[in-house]
Amino acid sequence: MYDFAYQKPGSVADAAAALAADPEAKAMAGGMTLIPVLKQRLNKPTVVVDLAKTGMTGITVSGNTVTIGAMTTHASVAGNAEVKAKIPALAHLAAHIGDEQVRHRGTIGGSLANNDPSADYPSAVLALGATIKTNKREIKADDFFQGMFTTALGQDEIITAVTFPIPEKAAYEKFPNPASRYAIVGVFVAKTAGGVRIAVTGAGQGGVFRHTAMETALASNFSAGAISGVTTPADGLNGDIHASAEYRAHLVGVMAKRALAKAS
Amino acid sequence: MGFEGIGAAVRRKEDFRFLSGRGNYTDDINRPGQLYAVIKRSDRPHATIGEIDTKAAAKAPGVAAVFTGADLAADNVGGLPCGWQIHNKDGSPMVEPPHPVLAIGKVRHVGDPVAVVIATTKQAAKDAAELIVIDYQDLPAAASLAEAVKPGAALVHDDAAGNVCYDWHIGDKAAMEAAFAGADRVVKLELENNRLIPNAMEPRAAVGDFDTSSGDFTLFTTSQNPHVIRLLMGAFVLHIPENKLRVVAPDVGGGFGSKIYHYAEEAIVTWAAGKLRKPVKWTAERNESFMSDAHGRDHVSTAEMAIDKDGHFLGLRVHTLANMGAYLSTFAPCVPTYLYATLLAGVYKTPVIYCEVKAIFTNTVPVDAYRGAGRPEATFLLERLVDAVAHDTGIDKVELRRRNFIPNDAFPYQTPVALQYDSGDYTATLNAALKAADHAGFEARRTKAVAGGKLRGIGVSTYLEACGIAPSAVVGSLGARAGLYEVANIKVHPTGSVTVYTGSHSHGQGHETTFAQLVASQLGVPIDQVDIVHGDTAKIPFGMGTYGSRSLAVGGSAMVKSMDKIIAKGKKIAAHLMEASVDDIEFKDGKFTVAGTDKEKTLTDISLAAYVPHNYPIEELEPGLDETSFYDPKNFTFPGGCHIAEIEIDPDTGVISVESFVAVDDVGRVINPMIVEGQVQGGVAQGIGQALLEAAIYDSAGQLLSGSMMDYTMPRADNLPNITVGTESTLCTHNPLGVKGCGEVGAIGSPPAIINAVIDALKDYGVRHIDMPASAPKIWSIIQAGRPKMAAE
Repeated sequence: MYDFAYQKPGSVADAAAALAADPEAKAMAGGMTLIPVLKQRLNKPTVVVDLAKTGMTGITVSGNTVTIGAMTTHASVAGNAEVKAKIPALAHLAAHIGDEQVRHRGTIGGSLANNDPSADYPSAVLALGATIKTNKREIKADDFFQGMFTTALGQDEIITAVTFPIPEKAAYEKFPNPASRYAIVGVFVAKTAGGVRIAVTGAGQGGVFRHTAMETALASNFSAGAISGVTTPADGLNGDIHASAEYRAHLVGVMAKRALAKAS
Repeated sequence: MGFEGIGAAVRRKEDFRFLSGRGNYTDDINRPGQLYAVIKRSDRPHATIGEIDTKAAAKAPGVAAVFTGADLAADNVGGLPCGWQIHNKDGSPMVEPPHPVLAIGKVRHVGDPVAVVIATTKQAAKDAAELIVIDYQDLPAAASLAEAVKPGAALVHDDAAGNVCYDWHIGDKAAMEAAFAGADRVVKLELENNRLIPNAMEPRAAVGDFDTSSGDFTLFTTSQNPHVIRLLMGAFVLHIPENKLRVVAPDVGGGFGSKIYHYAEEAIVTWAAGKLRKPVKWTAERNESFMSDAHGRDHVSTAEMAIDKDGHFLGLRVHTLANMGAYLSTFAPCVPTYLYATLLAGVYKTPVIYCEVKAIFTNTVPVDAYRGAGRPEATFLLERLVDAVAHDTGIDKVELRRRNFIPNDAFPYQTPVALQYDSGDYTATLNAALKAADHAGFEARRTKAVAGGKLRGIGVSTYLEACGIAPSAVVGSLGARAGLYEVANIKVHPTGSVTVYTGSHSHGQGHETTFAQLVASQLGVPIDQVDIVHGDTAKIPFGMGTYGSRSLAVGGSAMVKSMDKIIAKGKKIAAHLMEASVDDIEFKDGKFTVAGTDKEKTLTDISLAAYVPHNYPIEELEPGLDETSFYDPKNFTFPGGCHIAEIEIDPDTGVISVESFVAVDDVGRVINPMIVEGQVQGGVAQGIGQALLEAAIYDSAGQLLSGSMMDYTMPRADNLPNITVGTESTLCTHNPLGVKGCGEVGAIGSPPAIINAVIDALKDYGVRHIDMPASAPKIWSIIQAGRPKMAAE
């Protein structure tokens, strides 16, 4: 990696100040994407601002929401009894991110801020209609994701927590890349107070997206059978050595049906 | 102490060291004042090199030197040599282009080394390497076999017309044509053997050191054969005589063939250490491994079997294109010839075989031996072809195999492709595998799977391979530029402990245990009194190293020879001490006895007398108990067996899961069954990786797309079933231990078993062959294409 300065501020305010002071500064949560990228010299920040001492961990249930601190690890979400009870699909998703080591370092805030088009969490946030809380404001999931590796976050804006409404029913099914184990296709289905929401990760060239055709078909009948006539166009989907756009389009349907069968 | 002799499942002596972080790998070695080398590699598949501007790099902080191919040439550094020369059909030698240590004039593959930066830290060297500016003029690339053989294809080397390295054949062409003319039917199959990237757990590394006092060079390197590296690098590249060059291969974390070869980095660090009078270290990063370790396999073949009306094999015709990559790696030319085409008889009595092989240069990483080396390619072709014969004729796959097996009374069996098999019992391994796999109960399992929405298939592979490479005179006549004996020096120390210095090299095989068991049981001492030393040219008299499952068959046999000498000498000493005739001395369980009396001397009594020769036949016998042997094998050994795979396909996604895998192998006598089981399991894991997951993929321009673990699918634990391993042994008839070798059988027998099972699962979809890897999208496409057809029926 290239040389960089390293700071480990003790508060979110100090971290934001460090990021505001230098446009080439980069925030690091668990570092599970940033560190490999630095090692490959694909990124050259002047300062790495480590958020490890900013607090922002923990899971709280209040009324019909579950709020997860941004620095909460995947393993903590996967193993949390209240998440398992209130949104088991979210615990299941967290339990299948990366590998054991990644799950004990990687965080929900880091995953969302990075918005890797193959990451798992964006699908849950979008399908559940979660709210992203930052040091500056609250951002609706529908406004947060703005294309691959792009979000609504400003340079000195730090995710502090994510609030998930507890859904009536939800499930996540992933078809992993055989090599990297990132999602080739991941589909999160949710029946919420605000309606049916289906989010697809891994497949889209623009990152996570809502599958509105499926949402329409499922509005009155939340079951696998209801989407048997819904096709997913391959246009706009990723194609690579592991899966063509056509195969991904097919898998979106298969994963959605499996998720619905599990959720229903 | 329990039973720890031959046949005991002794726990590996070396594992505590490895599992507790006490291993001593090349990257663990640090010399005082050491500098760090970083290689500037080509990011171009094919380009001419104009100016290489190293000025900024040379001035960067911490940089000791920047060298290019011109610096090496000015110092008369030679190119990397090729250790095997193949001759064309017309008798002319293969095209053997120069293989400069650092590229001169052109780069020929992504990863081709162009310059080296040597600095006080690796970080400084990496920073400086980015400052090197290379004026490339891109050239069109021949990135695949298919592209490289097209008329007008870009030439990788100007003197290799049509990119052909050699055009070779074996077998009786006229007899083959006659067999085909008289056949009732010919079954044809076109197939590819997918290109693989080895990925040993430990990346390659090298540390060069120069002793300013003695003028001696030392190279520490991740090698399977340090003496071979000393010979090749000393004699051909750096012109350092053996007495001034020591090569050490300490603990090595996996090789699978990829650490046989002499690589550029070994020469660079050794040469630079002499030039700079300082130690120089290089350690590959994983992405460098992908683009600089020799790759494996990469064949495109056409295979045809001529049969009579009952499915008896009458003749086999094979045409193969084999990818050499951009340069000839150390043993590359022999892999698709003498380690491949000679195996095409397999376990069958096919009377006539003719095979043509064209070796082709491409703008890709050099290709060389990888676990199995030629035999997996031959086995995949043959065992897929046998299943295609069964498919086309309707003869049961197992019955067809039985009908064509070489019978037990035919040994020694001379094949039509040079090899003479000494022993085997293919029916025994087949029957044992069928039983262990519950082959008879398969249809019920298939029915159950179909009821659950899955497709299920079973695949059988009855394979044979050649190990224990090999009689020096034979391989010499076939083009080897080395002998292939092995060396053992055994020292019985004065107080009875034993050190074995072996030219074999362990990089995961467990030699420190297997060899200790062998020596301990023969000499009658506990295995913890036997140490195995390998991997250092300063300690071991000589050695050809470990590859081709040769270590026990050849290296172990050398130990037997040395032990025979020790026992013979010990008998003379014992006869003297016990005042008996040497003819009356017997040796058993570590004791020398006088036949018919209760007189005895222990091995320790004898060794003490040998080193403290106060009462000793000094006039006729030298002191000491220290013997060295070179064992040159009389033949290859021929392990074989039967692998049976059972797989399920999820038709919605095309994902294949391996439900069960049974391997019953004839590896000859087994010294340590636990190590054999581990070797077979590891080999099968690699075979399943090749069959279902692994693919080195270049784009049409020559960029390596599967260049990291994010894109190259290594098999993982969750891709593998429990692997049931059994042995049904016949003994090798020509080595003193009766051993055959177990290191590669798993990787050789398993890929066709898996693919045969996949084809069987898809039997209703009109598919006759699938090339590896049988990835999910490929299977899904077949199912999609087959569905309308089925619906119409």
